[in-house]
Amino acid sequence: MAEETMSEEVADGQSGNRPRRGRVHVFPLMVIGLVATAIGIALGLLIDWFPVQAATQAEDVDTVYHVLIITSVPFFVLVTTIVLYCVWQFRERPGEEGLDGPNVHGSTGLEIVWTAIPAILLIALCSYAYVTLRDIEEAPAAGEPELIVEVTGQQFAWTFAYPEAEGGAVKSAELILPKDVSVKFNIKALDVIHDFWVPEFRMKIDAVPGITTSFRVTPSKLGSWSVVCAELCGVGHALMRQKVTVVSQERFDAWLARKQAGGKAAAGGGAAGEADGGDKAAIGKTLFAEGNGEATACGACHALSDAGTSGAAGPNLDDVLQGWTPAQLTEAIVDPNKAIAEGFTEGIMPANYGETLTKPELAALVTYLEETAAK
Amino acid sequence: MAEVDTTVQSTTGVPQVLASKVERPSEGWTSWVTTTDHKKIGIMYIVTTLVFFILGGVEALMMRLQLGAANNTLLSPEVYNALFTIHGTTMVFLFVVPIMAGFGNYFVPLMIGARDMAFPKLNALSYWLLLSGGIVFYASIFFSPPEVAWTAYTPLSGAAYSPSGGVDAWIFLVHLTGLSSLVGAVNFYATIAHMRAPGMGWGRMPLFVWTILIYAILLILALPVIAGAATLLLTDRHFGTNFYTPGEGDPLLWQHLFWFFGHPEVYIMILPAFGIISEVLPVFARKPIFGYKAIAAATVVIAFLGLLVWAHHMFTTPSPSVVLIFFMLSSFLIAIPTGVKMFNWIATLWRGTIIFKPPLLFAAGFLSLFLIGGISGIFLAIFPIDWQVHDTYFVVAHFHYVIVGGGVFAIFSGLYYWYPKMTGRMPNERLGQVSVVTMYIGFTLTFLIQHSLGLDGMPRRVYEYQDLGNLELYNQISTFGSFVLGIGILISFYNFIRSLKKGAIAGPDPWLGNTLEWFTTSPPPQNNFDEVPRVRSVEPMKDIRRQVERQSGIEAGEREFTRS
Repeated sequence: MAEETMSEEVADGQSGNRPRRGRVHVFPLMVIGLVATAIGIALGLLIDWFPVQAATQAEDVDTVYHVLIITSVPFFVLVTTIVLYCVWQFRERPGEEGLDGPNVHGSTGLEIVWTAIPAILLIALCSYAYVTLRDIEEAPAAGEPELIVEVTGQQFAWTFAYPEAEGGAVKSAELILPKDVSVKFNIKALDVIHDFWVPEFRMKIDAVPGITTSFRVTPSKLGSWSVVCAELCGVGHALMRQKVTVVSQERFDAWLARKQAGGKAAAGGGAAGEADGGDKAAIGKTLFAEGNGEATACGACHALSDAGTSGAAGPNLDDVLQGWTPAQLTEAIVDPNKAIAEGFTEGIMPANYGETLTKPELAALVTYLEETAAK
Repeated sequence: MAEVDTTVQSTTGVPQVLASKVERPSEGWTSWVTTTDHKKIGIMYIVTTLVFFILGGVEALMMRLQLGAANNTLLSPEVYNALFTIHGTTMVFLFVVPIMAGFGNYFVPLMIGARDMAFPKLNALSYWLLLSGGIVFYASIFFSPPEVAWTAYTPLSGAAYSPSGGVDAWIFLVHLTGLSSLVGAVNFYATIAHMRAPGMGWGRMPLFVWTILIYAILLILALPVIAGAATLLLTDRHFGTNFYTPGEGDPLLWQHLFWFFGHPEVYIMILPAFGIISEVLPVFARKPIFGYKAIAAATVVIAFLGLLVWAHHMFTTPSPSVVLIFFMLSSFLIAIPTGVKMFNWIATLWRGTIIFKPPLLFAAGFLSLFLIGGISGIFLAIFPIDWQVHDTYFVVAHFHYVIVGGGVFAIFSGLYYWYPKMTGRMPNERLGQVSVVTMYIGFTLTFLIQHSLGLDGMPRRVYEYQDLGNLELYNQISTFGSFVLGIGILISFYNFIRSLKKGAIAGPDPWLGNTLEWFTTSPPPQNNFDEVPRVRSVEPMKDIRRQVERQSGIEAGEREFTRS
């Protein structure tokens, strides 16, 4: 028996076997298979699977995807067609009850064929993927500009910094990028593992506490895309969504300059404790929009048009800020879980602002919010 | 039922297949609690794991309800995070892995012609450890269930970010079910290696037994790693060690250790499913399995490669390119032996006489759904694509195609195939057909569209999403499908319960099976076999039927007459 298993042995005449049926329909099957393959590939290429391509890297990734569709559809069609054909053509018919099919145990030749062909295809695909990897990760040629952006993930918001911007480093709760310039993201996490992902750029990488990870993209399309956290990071994981806006180089430079000017004005006020009303509000605005490096920017989660932020994880402060006393504001910042706005959940807002903000910073923030509400 | 084959008993001469007069133990509940009979333990395994399957299914439906509308506030994020943690853990640790042990317990001794497992008391121990693990874990829902996903990545699962006892309950579950599986694995290995019927060399062992053997070896190799890793997590959480603390330790160490276990775990779940399919197809195609040696060899190769691919779950962690490429290549290589199995199964159907009984229908469902899961696996193995779809619903769709479309459809195929042997009654055919069609449609509605959700940018493990593009529509389709799938599953459960009393009497060999479990009565007596026949091929029952035909002078054509 063991010797027989791999050799083709047809014994139709044996007792209990069904008489051999007429020829199998090889030609119609091939035609059906080819037509189905063509339709499958056409569908696979025509359907718009992905979000828009907003970076040059996206084109490479989408091409790999399409090559894979073209390679895998024939296999899918082959297997599906033959299974469907088998259950139709070789079903038990009246008069065949209990009769066995031919006593075939295997075929070494076939085993070699269906081991070798997938192996060759897969190794080819693997090489192709490696080439794509090199293209995607390629650094810009020497002399070409590259923008460095530091991305910091924290439960449950992203903050951004432009450490090498001409005219001084800039921190921001929003991610603004110039079009057609290679950007290198250096990604960190302060607490647990997050994952920095912009679906329109087709790239994601984990933000791991204690390690700086990075990837490059070259934004190729003006517009606003979402920044998503793709690694479970706790109760507010679903809400860790922000925006990346791709603008022209001129508008990007102008935005940077405005940020730098704002930052200097705030810093020029000296120690926040001694600043008077107007300066305190300016410091508060900076804190709201950028954070202080330890405390996450409020604007990462809260929309407030005066500060130009659009986060959606927490209540929109344009709507709800009116009528709060400074004491209430302070409590809402330091002890956010005490009272939760309807439709929002406990434990999302960091409860450590009492520690990450200094007392004067907290006072400045409250002053700013109070003045903004009064406007 | 008309198809019941009474030929074997009704003819005189060799071989003897009459049931013995062994005294059955009392029928009360104590006979179950104190049993060391592999068949009773097997049934307890199967029933217990099916209960956990229902619990996991209810959790899944609750999640689908929450995702049925954008910005839904039905469930809080705490509840939602707990639900997917419990759902994933239940389905892996308390359903798919142990139900394979249940099938293995019941059928490995019968298929190899043994009278029990090698260590019957250890066998009972492994069942009770499993049940304890399940109870400890589920008890946490009354206190503070874990909210860290079934992968429990550090530092989120550390004491600083998950101070409640939920993660400890999860660790306890990993330890208890791990011990249960390890004890069971040693038992399977010893049983298969030493207790096969005379004449049953390695080359004549049923393919299901081959997969349980490899299942056991993989468990022995992979489980100590997760047990150690979970212990380190426990000491990190409570005794001040810093194995996974950023800076002093390494949070990625957990991921490496977890997936070193976690990926073999996938094959621990799916290889026995392959084994069930390899048993069912030849019986219902009425044709020998095509390429027996190739399928057995492919099982071994898949298991070996399965130990070398773990980091493909970590393509988005910081890794050097050479590491990415190694793991991409090794993941690709697994597709080759898996393809070999697929092609051999199809060649088994080719020119057979295919009988449309529920086990065959579920097996056919397995073939088409697992095919899609295999192909989407190739997409995920290519890291430039994985960078886009990692941790999105594309991955969710992929592994549900593998574990549900593959694993669960094979489990149902096995349940229908072996139900007559375990209960002595036939499951209702019509209900089985309705169930498989409903499940297939429901499954496809639920999970096919999730590929698109992932490609569109929806991350997994989010309790709510914004109403952008088609996200809400796709999610509604998926939610609708999940309830159809649930109904399909319930129809089968109803069938199994109803047929206990109302099913037609099965007789020893209702399907004209190939393997030795069909040689004894249904259900088998406590000692399984009075006389173990000598095995001369991979299809001993076919040999026995032919011998009976020859000696009784009843030819194949006339046999039909006796069957009707």
